[in-house]
Amino acid sequence: MLNAKIPAGKLEEKWVDYKGHCKLVNPANKRKMEVIVVGTGLAGASAAASLGELGYKVKAFCFQDSPRRAHSIAAQGGINAAKNYQNDGDSVFRLFYDTIKGGDYRAREGNVHRLAEVSSNIIDQCVAQGVPFAREYGGLLSNRSFGGTQVQRTFYAAGQTGQQLLIGAYQALERQVALGNVTMYARHEMLDVVKIDGKAKGIIARNLITGELEKHFGYAVLLCTGGYGNVFYLSTNAMGSNVTAAWKAHKQGAYFANPCFTQIHPTCIPVSGDHQSKLTLMSESLRNDGRIWVPKAKGDNRKSIDIPEEERDYYLERRYPAFGNLVPRDVASRAAKERCDAGYGVGTSKQAVYLDFAAAIERYGKTEVSKQGLSNVSHEEIIALGKEVVKEKYGNLFDMYAKITGENPYEVPMRIYPAVHYTMGGLWVDYELQTNVPGLYALGEANFSDHGANRLGASALMQGLADGYFVVPYTLGNNLADEIYNAPIPTSHPAFEAAEKAVADRINTLKNINGKQSVESFHKRLGKIIWDKCGMARNAEGLKQAIAEVQALKKEFWSDVRIPGEINEFNPELDKANRVADFIELGELMCVDALARDESCGGHFREEYQTPDGEALRDDENFMYVAAWETTGEHEWALHKEELKYEVIKPSQRNYK
Amino acid sequence: MAHNNLNLKLKVWRQKNANTTGAFVKYDVNDISDEMSFLEMLDVLNEKLIVTGEEPIAFDHDCREGICGMCSLYIDGKPHGPWEANTTCQLHMRAFKDGDTITIEPWRSNAFPIVKDLTVDRGAFDRIIQAGGYVSVNTGNAVDGNSLPINKDNADASFAAAMCIGCGACVAACKNSSAMLFLSAKVSHLALLPQGEPERKSRVLNMVAQMDKEGFGSCTNTGACEAACPKEISIANIARLNKEYLRAGLTAE
Repeated sequence: MLNAKIPAGKLEEKWVDYKGHCKLVNPANKRKMEVIVVGTGLAGASAAASLGELGYKVKAFCFQDSPRRAHSIAAQGGINAAKNYQNDGDSVFRLFYDTIKGGDYRAREGNVHRLAEVSSNIIDQCVAQGVPFAREYGGLLSNRSFGGTQVQRTFYAAGQTGQQLLIGAYQALERQVALGNVTMYARHEMLDVVKIDGKAKGIIARNLITGELEKHFGYAVLLCTGGYGNVFYLSTNAMGSNVTAAWKAHKQGAYFANPCFTQIHPTCIPVSGDHQSKLTLMSESLRNDGRIWVPKAKGDNRKSIDIPEEERDYYLERRYPAFGNLVPRDVASRAAKERCDAGYGVGTSKQAVYLDFAAAIERYGKTEVSKQGLSNVSHEEIIALGKEVVKEKYGNLFDMYAKITGENPYEVPMRIYPAVHYTMGGLWVDYELQTNVPGLYALGEANFSDHGANRLGASALMQGLADGYFVVPYTLGNNLADEIYNAPIPTSHPAFEAAEKAVADRINTLKNINGKQSVESFHKRLGKIIWDKCGMARNAEGLKQAIAEVQALKKEFWSDVRIPGEINEFNPELDKANRVADFIELGELMCVDALARDESCGGHFREEYQTPDGEALRDDENFMYVAAWETTGEHEWALHKEELKYEVIKPSQRNYK
Repeated sequence: MAHNNLNLKLKVWRQKNANTTGAFVKYDVNDISDEMSFLEMLDVLNEKLIVTGEEPIAFDHDCREGICGMCSLYIDGKPHGPWEANTTCQLHMRAFKDGDTITIEPWRSNAFPIVKDLTVDRGAFDRIIQAGGYVSVNTGNAVDGNSLPINKDNADASFAAAMCIGCGACVAACKNSSAMLFLSAKVSHLALLPQGEPERKSRVLNMVAQMDKEGFGSCTNTGACEAACPKEISIANIARLNKEYLRAGLTAE
């Protein structure tokens, strides 16, 4: 059993006690200690800035041209915090409880409670940085509601909360760059972790402009490199989002936890053809007003507006009368897949369902008529008034939908389908966010720790910033306090030389394959295998097939991939080849993990384990653990378990009927 | 929805690196679905180039949903192409007609040197932020978020400026390569908030000085930047920047 090093004591006192007793590094010593931060999204930028402020010598790396572009920027909805500004009964405990329950009882109590405790500090910090959150007319911060909760605790900045929070962290980071505390390495990609005497002591990075390899020493290495949703090829992730840094850490001995826990978001714009390169999310907030339906008849090819009301199946309202269109993400996604698989899908691909605003438009129109005291109003005028209201609430999303599809969602229902959005799994970390490799940390989406088997909306931003601003500045010091006696290691050390050579050899091998197929074509094929067999629903037989297929794909990739251009120049195809090679190996592990977990929970739905009416069936007796995988050889992994102990919350079956 | 396939001719700027001269190269792309995004059309061309042994065209892109600011491209003489309030990654091929010739260039500005083909280096923007585009507050010093009410109009105006995605279209659109719209958005975002007040003067002076050092040109108020901005950042921010700059200059110690 793995030891997560969760402090003893009462749940609400663990973090306070930890902070009161952890070891410290004095300011003079901090100035001598180099720390490496890889990735500059919310977790990385906040960590690099905070550690720079404390006096550490930070080196920060990102593959984009600027740290401000990390994919945290794309988060739309908001960030949760237990402020209880609305006086509606929120508290640290309630945020903690909602997160554990939302995660289908597969997250750690200690970590999640700490997350809820620091959530309020995050909002204060961001406001102090000048993050322009939405405000009420009285000048105070505004909140809205999100899925899986009964309180209003979500802070937001229109539909671009992620960008505003990231700019706040980025500006704090650039301030430290200006002060000389942080050195920024943009367009650099980490290609290996360097270990000396079992501890992480640096990285090998590739300058993506020149192709040169660089050796960087650090007393600790923090991986803040996001999730691995792009293993599916099509996802709502940015094109560059990748698993490479985390996977290299895994190859150096770090355990990879719960890789099969992936979140499929129910409302995305469907795939329109083979050319599709990425998927676009339509915010969860649309489910407040949109009604989801498919035709009652199989293979009904009529246009949506020609299908009369009584021939439509509002399947979420039918199956889940209590929550209706607002069931959690995993439930809504599976229900859409079930209808499409059964032959009721719509659109040319038949892999879509309708999200219809007609009823909301009419309802809002009637409200406007009464608000404005109008009489003798025609149906057309009511609809026109209603469209104005909907435009004010969701105009930017409707515009984005129209640009992508060429259809007008004010006139015809949107077509939507689930898409890969977030990965709850990631590098295994203990309470201090340290992996099982000493000196190697993982923060934000790159670790596995807080969301269990399903993440609630508006919690990813919260976790990234909690880890970077308020957790790692304490836990890192606790470990570095023992390192002050060790001198910095020069990068001429044989371990650095060997690591650099191994990276160079791999790049040479890749480049010299000189095969016939493009990197992209392999990535697409990998994505299809994982989506079909380890996506929204999995079964043992499919997973076994997928493992064989991915193994074969790996062999083919390493014998027939074609990478144009040179090694020592700006070569995005080579960068991508490195990443896809890692995605292929991860894909296999995801299937291995999904096959080993003989239960359904949250986003992991094994078809063999469901209730008679098709809901996820957990097996707490046998699977209440974190599955942490150690790589032991080609296609081989050893499973380490971390038992999940629920001391405060009593797990129960989720019910949304 | 019914869709059409297009046959197009492309004229694309190709340049191996910053030290070589570049040139336009012509390509034919056929059977392009008008449901594709512009970048997906380039993906199709690149796949063809790779398989035939040529080097693919290098261009920056990441989120492909109009928010990260990584994509650029000067398309038929317009930054981010023909659609208004739009980024290149959100431009779709139904904006073009069968048989069209499309000219694709990188951002053109001395302050944005070319890395390769259509990719440029926008590091100058980061250095302008380093000169003062922040509030000097360390983690852990903050008071309660609601302890300081902010007038909603100011908060909204600050947000409207903060929507800038740092793509550089304003610089590319300007005949002088001025970065005034970018800088004005950054200065306005913080100048409109009480949190930005203590460093209000030094911030604008230092950021303007850094902008000049980077080699961006002067503003002559043509408004081309505002017209090209994918996030519709208003040129009124430049007026505010000028006011802030004068105010700081006239009242500094």
